[in-house]
Amino acid sequence: MSAAVQADPFVPDPYRVVRTRREARDITTLELVPLAGERPDYLPGQFNMLYAFGVGEVAISMSGDPAARGSFVHTVRDVGRASGAVANLAAGAMVGVRGPYGSAWPTTAAEGSDVLLIAGGLGLAPLRPAIYQVLAHRERYGRVVLLYGTRTPDDILYRPQLEQWRRRLDVQVMVTVDHGDAEWRGDVGVVPKLIPRAGFDPHHALAMVCGPEVMMRFTADALRQAGIGMEQIYLSMERNMKCAIGLCGHCQFGADFVCKDGPVMRYDRIADILAVREI
Amino acid sequence: MDGLERIVLAHPFFAGLEEKIGQVVAGCARNHRFNAGEYLGHEGEPADEVFLIRHGKVALEILPPGQPASVFSTQGVGEIVGASWLVPPYRWRFDARALELTRAIGIDARCLREKFEADHNLGYEMMKRFLPVVMQQLDETRLQILDVYGKRET
Repeated sequence: MSAAVQADPFVPDPYRVVRTRREARDITTLELVPLAGERPDYLPGQFNMLYAFGVGEVAISMSGDPAARGSFVHTVRDVGRASGAVANLAAGAMVGVRGPYGSAWPTTAAEGSDVLLIAGGLGLAPLRPAIYQVLAHRERYGRVVLLYGTRTPDDILYRPQLEQWRRRLDVQVMVTVDHGDAEWRGDVGVVPKLIPRAGFDPHHALAMVCGPEVMMRFTADALRQAGIGMEQIYLSMERNMKCAIGLCGHCQFGADFVCKDGPVMRYDRIADILAVREI
Repeated sequence: MDGLERIVLAHPFFAGLEEKIGQVVAGCARNHRFNAGEYLGHEGEPADEVFLIRHGKVALEILPPGQPASVFSTQGVGEIVGASWLVPPYRWRFDARALELTRAIGIDARCLREKFEADHNLGYEMMKRFLPVVMQQLDETRLQILDVYGKRET
């Protein structure tokens, strides 16, 4: 957890959008630099509250390399008023930033083990900082496996980077889509299906999973079936986060607040309530 | 143990299978090689064989009228292609096309069904292996049709 959270947590710091990249029709990656001072340190898995002035605030995970100094990188999907306003910011525009907040991916705890990084759809964005960190210290880990599933070939996020990682000899990268097209030569099917095909030792492996909650439930089941213990599986939960500091209760998830106790949570702590409809 | 029996028992689907049962299954099996683009089966044709993939990748596809084939799943090494042979009318429900050079063990479905009828213990043992595969495919299909990566308005 970063110690660099502002004194008044509700006051955003002004940042400028210095670069944008359209990832898909409704998904944009923004690079943000502070108008004053340094960009706070953050850990993979943490998020910021991004404020589109006059419109609203939205919780967005960091998607850049935590070791790259100077800026925050966020990948935002236009799904509503506030996220749409942020996703459509142009280079040079201003945005308010509060954060970083939340728990982190267990990249240190994973040292010495095989690592499975499993993402679905836009879930690759919050997982990408962990991928950067693991690959930056590749010698500390056993086998590294990245499994990614998305809707169609056109929806593949960070495609050039996935291709680059796939060319490495020390990472197993598998990509699948729910619906292929005439050009697609890769796998078709859901991401949990890739798990039995991946090479790892279930007794010495740690899995980090990010994606829609239903996908994570199916994936956790497949990981359990592959022999990985519940305490070795981490999920990044998503709820409607407003204050981001555990005060308002909007993101309450059982006895926890996703903004404060999450978003990264250990599966054995939440498995019993994951499928409870009222939660 | 002959070569084919060894190959059959080495396939993950048959992991831990008793040697005696392995011999019976191998008695219905033969090796196949499919080049990229070749079909393992076509929708509507008799489901005479079930295939255990040893190498390569197979696309399962349905041909909507007047449109290109739609691939709904790919099966790879260690997986099986075809469950239609288990249930009447024993006909393929989709096309199965090799995406690349694919080697597979084909098990004669009629031979297998006859052996199941003659020896229910054998049939039960094999059903304990096939049913989880069918269940897993059902689960995967459920997740797929939920379209979880589709845009959700907030």
